Amino acid sequence: MLRFVLNRFLAMILTLWVIATLTFLLMHAIPGSPFNNLNGKVLSDAAVKNLEAHYHIDQPLPIQYFIYLKSIATFTYGPSIKQPAQTVNDLLGRGFPVSFELGMWALVVAVLTGVLLGIFAALKHNGLIDYLAMTLAVLGISIPNFVLATLLIQEFAVNLHLLPAGTWQGLSYMIMPIIALATGPMAIIARLIRSSMLEVLTQDYIRTAQAKGLPPFIIVMKHALKNALLPVVTVLGTLAASILTGTFVIEKIFAIPGMGKYFVDSINSRDYPVIMGTTMFYSALLILMLFLVDLAYGWLDPRIKQSKEGSK
Amino acid sequence: MKKPLGKLLEVKNLHVSFQTHGGEVHAVRGVDFDIEQGETLAIVGESGCGKSVTSLAVMGLIPKPHGKIVAGSIQFKGTEISTLSAKRMRRIQGSDLSMIFQDPMTALNPTLTIGSQLTEGIIYQKKLSRQAAHQKAIEMLELVGLSNAEQRMKQYPHQFSGGMRQRIVIAMALICKPSLIIADEPTTALDVTIQAQILELFDQIQEETNVSMIMITHDLGVVAKTADRVAVMYAGKIVEMGDKRDIFYHAKHPYTQALLNAIVRLDLPSDTLKPIEGAPPDLFAPPQGCSFCDRCPFAMEVCRHVQPPTTAVDDHHTADCWLLDKRADAALAKG
Amino acid sequence: MTPSKGMQEKITAQNVPNAWFHLLDRKKTVQQSLVRPSVSYWSDAWIQLKKNKLAMLGLGFLILLGIAALFGPILSPYSVTAQHLTLQNLAPSPSHWFGTDELGRDVFTRTWYGARISLFVGVVAALVDLLIGVAYGGISGYIGGKTDLVMMRIIEILYGLPYLLVVILLMVVMGPSLLTIIVALTVTGWTGMARIVRGQVLQLKNYEFVTASKSFGSKPWRIVRKNLIPNTMGPIIVQMTLTVPSAIFSEAFLSFLGLGVQAPFASWGVMANDGLSALLAGYWWRLFFPALFISLTMFAFNILGDGLQDALDPKLRR
Repeated sequence: MLRFVLNRFLAMILTLWVIATLTFLLMHAIPGSPFNNLNGKVLSDAAVKNLEAHYHIDQPLPIQYFIYLKSIATFTYGPSIKQPAQTVNDLLGRGFPVSFELGMWALVVAVLTGVLLGIFAALKHNGLIDYLAMTLAVLGISIPNFVLATLLIQEFAVNLHLLPAGTWQGLSYMIMPIIALATGPMAIIARLIRSSMLEVLTQDYIRTAQAKGLPPFIIVMKHALKNALLPVVTVLGTLAASILTGTFVIEKIFAIPGMGKYFVDSINSRDYPVIMGTTMFYSALLILMLFLVDLAYGWLDPRIKQSKEGSK
Repeated sequence: MKKPLGKLLEVKNLHVSFQTHGGEVHAVRGVDFDIEQGETLAIVGESGCGKSVTSLAVMGLIPKPHGKIVAGSIQFKGTEISTLSAKRMRRIQGSDLSMIFQDPMTALNPTLTIGSQLTEGIIYQKKLSRQAAHQKAIEMLELVGLSNAEQRMKQYPHQFSGGMRQRIVIAMALICKPSLIIADEPTTALDVTIQAQILELFDQIQEETNVSMIMITHDLGVVAKTADRVAVMYAGKIVEMGDKRDIFYHAKHPYTQALLNAIVRLDLPSDTLKPIEGAPPDLFAPPQGCSFCDRCPFAMEVCRHVQPPTTAVDDHHTADCWLLDKRADAALAKG
Repeated sequence: MTPSKGMQEKITAQNVPNAWFHLLDRKKTVQQSLVRPSVSYWSDAWIQLKKNKLAMLGLGFLILLGIAALFGPILSPYSVTAQHLTLQNLAPSPSHWFGTDELGRDVFTRTWYGARISLFVGVVAALVDLLIGVAYGGISGYIGGKTDLVMMRIIEILYGLPYLLVVILLMVVMGPSLLTIIVALTVTGWTGMARIVRGQVLQLKNYEFVTASKSFGSKPWRIVRKNLIPNTMGPIIVQMTLTVPSAIFSEAFLSFLGLGVQAPFASWGVMANDGLSALLAGYWWRLFFPALFISLTMFAFNILGDGLQDALDPKLRR
């Protein structure tokens, strides 16, 4: 088991390095200097040179690359270029907790409702609940989160005045963004659970359990669910990624002061340290998710653990 | 011979159908048999003849809503179980009536330990404590010949070989001390040497527990080793039934005779091996007459039109065949 | 000897005529074999698909959308980009069916133009999926061994890359445009397809019909083309129908964030983004129509994909 964890961990570091290098190369492929137009002011050549020296942009690429890797390893990105009063860590420290709260809640809501919906649909296969749940699921996949978000605002904030339309100040502010963000992943999970549940329910070991005279509830919870969860666990990493990028849009629509807003702004203004810092941070987060998913998979399916240990 | 203690299971005129996209399949078309305490009945036939469906019907495991018991009765210890509610049926399933499935590689849940799968039935059915159930499970594993039972309980199915898994499945079926075990091709998926060991085990268990068994198989070798009585099934019907001796030495139905001729026997020259030509009839539209008519070397005009009645050959031996009609003798003499 | 057809009395086991007791001539009663009409895999799949009303509805909608995307902008009397400052923000009416936007452009015309972009992005993404994914997965699975190991490691790393972050980074480098979106979508989009194809190939490689054609001395590429590709077509098609809506969504998403197609061209994402601010002013039609068509198109692809999956996967046939 230890060997398996170590192996996955090394792969994780390798992936991070690839992302770091890719980000670096892409950033430097962009024509133009970020200082040509700083906060609306056009700077003199000398001032631009000065600033470039400060941010090591005048150095040869390999040295910049080295400095860059070092700053990633120690997680010190220095100040933002556009807002020099703030370091990247400041921005992350302020924006990330909000984004994390939004994303985590959305993930929890998506997994719980998706799993429940999927199980009910599978158990009532071809029944009314199945059709309702699956119609809901296809709709959830088909309606983009930004469309859903605007519909929610229009209905619950503008027409009914039930919920506040924007910002992030407490529970009632969280309801609509979380629903808008969670619906798509929820639909994906519901469909996955349903189809894997239907397949698991035809397995011989389910019939064995029935032959023991166990009630349907125990059969589903003990024998079927764990096996049916496996495909969901495999896509959990991808879902987390889609929720994360979803936060960009949702934060924009609901005017939520999260990381997504800074990130989109930093792209438009070519704020290198912020772009790199945010990309690396989010990549690390997602890769950590994938790593945890691998571990969870090993725990859920005892066969995986052994075959992975055996093959390495 | 074991002393008969009265009928344990009586199946009468059982009809089972499945709704499929292609229409209704009449998988079982009027099956009668009974079993006494301590007896082993083998149900033999080629795949698709309805033998597995019959056993699932007895277990109350016909997959719903596609499958349905259309007619007939199944009485277990004097209770009609074919019409029991699912809830009442669950009290019998696994405790008094248990089943061993064909493929031990898929019959065990890959994500649960052996211990948990062995004990869950008895914990639920007999309200045993976890410890008591654990103890019981270890006893059972030892009974079926697994060493190191204590450690084995914590392992997962993939850590066992096929033969060992089948022993575990058997232990699982035995743990609540059922009066009847239905074994659906319990040795088909195993190597020949392991097959012999498992059949040995069945013998030993029956000695010790006096449990009754229905042995579903297509393998006449298994029948010869385990059965007291034999029912031969073809196209959803029992075509011949009798004591093992009657079936092996005095088979009356041409299908039974053909099955016996199709066994590979090392002590006979190879040209006596005769495969049965043709294929069983389409159960979407069962034939009007005898279902074996098209493949039967002795088919008569009557066989094409009317189903043969069940005719007694002697005390415990019956066959559904027109050849047993007196009028057939003349035809045979001519042909 | 055969009983007369006119016989009315029902014959049971009790009153069988004696005349029926004679052996049949085996040679005359030739095996009535159970030939049911044999249908090929593809026509069977098509029959299955036709039975699925929802999937056919999706297919019908997509065909109509394709026609509208092709001919809509041509047949419409209005231009996609021409501005009419006197006709700002008109509500839907007989002359402007979907209303107009803040520059007086006809939303109806722009919607079909947006359909072109969405369908184009979707189709290109699916084709790249097909070309790169199938080739990569096929080669990896077919050669196997070390090559397979290395190729799968590469995929694992690509899979670890947060897909939309990469897309966004590319946007930064190449500047927002349709081309960038397509390049970005194809960088990592094919890995799913490659995995599926590899899995199928690995499974099929060991089947006997492949071994058989190997033993006849067939060349590897021929085996891939004649045996493996046709047998993996089902999962490939299903995967493609899933790629299309996700590409359409990505385009709309990026354009919505201002990172995609740029003005004055109309894409559904751009129109929805513009419509969002217009919504608060009460010009609902400017958000409604692009949002409706994004959702309907995604819906149509999803239900068609589901239908195809049911029709093409033999395991699911009951």
